[in-house]
Amino acid sequence: MKASGFPYVIPMLLLSVAFFATPLAVLIGFSFIGPDGLTLNNYGRFLGDAFNYRVLMNTAKLGLQTVASTTLLGIPIALLYWHSGKTARQVIIFLTLIPMLTSNVVRTFAWIVILGRQGPISETFVALGLAGQPFSLMSTELGLVLAMCQIDLPLIILPLIAILSRTPVQFTEAAQVSGAGPWRIFVTVLLPMMLPGLLAGWILVFASTSSSFVTQAVIGGARNVYVPQLIYREVGTLFDWSMASAIAVVLLLSTGILLVAMTMISRHRRLVGHA
Amino acid sequence: MRNKRENPIPAFLYKAFVFGFGGLSLIYLVAPIIIAITMSFTSGQTLKYPPQGFSIRWYEALFDPIRSGTEHIAAGNSLKIAALAVLGSLLFAVPATIGMARMKRSTVSSIEPLLLAPLVLPSLVYGLAALIVANFVGFQPSLWLTVTGHVVVFGPLMYRAASVVAQGINPSLAEASTVMGATWFTTLRRVTLPLLLPGILAGAFLVFIQSLDNVSVSLFLADARTTVLPLRMFALIEESLDVRVAAMSGVLIALTLVVLLVARRVLAPQKQA
Repeated sequence: MKASGFPYVIPMLLLSVAFFATPLAVLIGFSFIGPDGLTLNNYGRFLGDAFNYRVLMNTAKLGLQTVASTTLLGIPIALLYWHSGKTARQVIIFLTLIPMLTSNVVRTFAWIVILGRQGPISETFVALGLAGQPFSLMSTELGLVLAMCQIDLPLIILPLIAILSRTPVQFTEAAQVSGAGPWRIFVTVLLPMMLPGLLAGWILVFASTSSSFVTQAVIGGARNVYVPQLIYREVGTLFDWSMASAIAVVLLLSTGILLVAMTMISRHRRLVGHA
Repeated sequence: MRNKRENPIPAFLYKAFVFGFGGLSLIYLVAPIIIAITMSFTSGQTLKYPPQGFSIRWYEALFDPIRSGTEHIAAGNSLKIAALAVLGSLLFAVPATIGMARMKRSTVSSIEPLLLAPLVLPSLVYGLAALIVANFVGFQPSLWLTVTGHVVVFGPLMYRAASVVAQGINPSLAEASTVMGATWFTTLRRVTLPLLLPGILAGAFLVFIQSLDNVSVSLFLADARTTVLPLRMFALIEESLDVRVAAMSGVLIALTLVVLLVARRVLAPQKQA
């Protein structure tokens, strides 16, 4: 006799429907509500405004820059893991988990210290004579990308490592025996194998950048405004919930579109890789 | 056999890429944590780095109940919310894991996306949605509303961690227990839950850490009285760049390290699977 499992799932299912799906549906509904009934006005006002439009584009750009830079740094770390012995692999996992599990606000704080006028970057540049006087990278896009990349890097490393740790080291031997050099093995064997991990990582990084309110507000400063701050301002200062909902829906849609685009690119690459 | 093609990029550059660039990337990943720790022991008034001298004055200021009363309340709130979020995740996600393990693969894959969806959705958007609905039905932001939000957003972490373990459990173990005449409750208590324990512990650890760190849900759902620690730190950073934030960072990093080491010790034997 086999007991059915469904009753056990009901509480969490109800929780998801009542407290997750319903609020989302209400949020979407709210975005169409204006002072006199149903309207597209909220979207029109948001997308029609040059400042808001620039904020939206900057947010997408920041997301892409973070995805690109975490990929650029995540792949060599994953390869380092691949070529390491058992102990070194444990160390790499440990070094990835510590920053990942450390509070976001703490990591943001560390970047305030690093990017500041009296921080290590400025001091080093002045000491080497590369800069005439101390400078601050706070409130700059470069500073924000440097911080976001470090904060989100574990999100891309862990899926890659998860794949590599399941792969026996002998996996590349066939290629090696046939005389392929390390670059060729990387491009034709390891990279295609890592693609699902990269995709998972990109999704996580992207979702994280569109919620990292604190980092964007603190490091980006008043000059660099991103969509999360815009939503918060509508709710906290202007009390315009319909507008905030519309912005949130636009954020969701643009994130969704970019994710679909990235999935398609990775599928395409995979085909090329196997050809 | 084909002649091997000449590689356009020499092999030593690959070594440089992996061991040089990879190593540097790893340093870049960890350096901010080390900088935050060393910063917290500064004797100076500012965030000048390297620190001007060694002292524990900022830790003293942080642990002083009079000077840091607000911070202590915020830390208490955060710990309370995180503990309740873990409890809530246990109540909802663990039964779901057990149930899903007994269901057909096709049914599971049609329900699972709904349960895991909160992990992909930007939590800021969820915070706003929850605020709108709560207000609609007459709930004001509060500690309990924040806890509910955290259970919804982080409960799936518990579900995912536990179901990874559940997939590896042989279903005939529970069947054997039933055949031998054990009640469903005994089977649950003596067979299913002990086998699931590593996953549950890993899930509890993730939910606790994430809840403690959350800003985007608490930002909308917590009221003025229940300031949480990350929001208090955010306020301190925005207002004055108080060096006590460095000491708070030091405490939080130490806490993370301790929890991580304990989790490794507890989960190590089963983790190999």
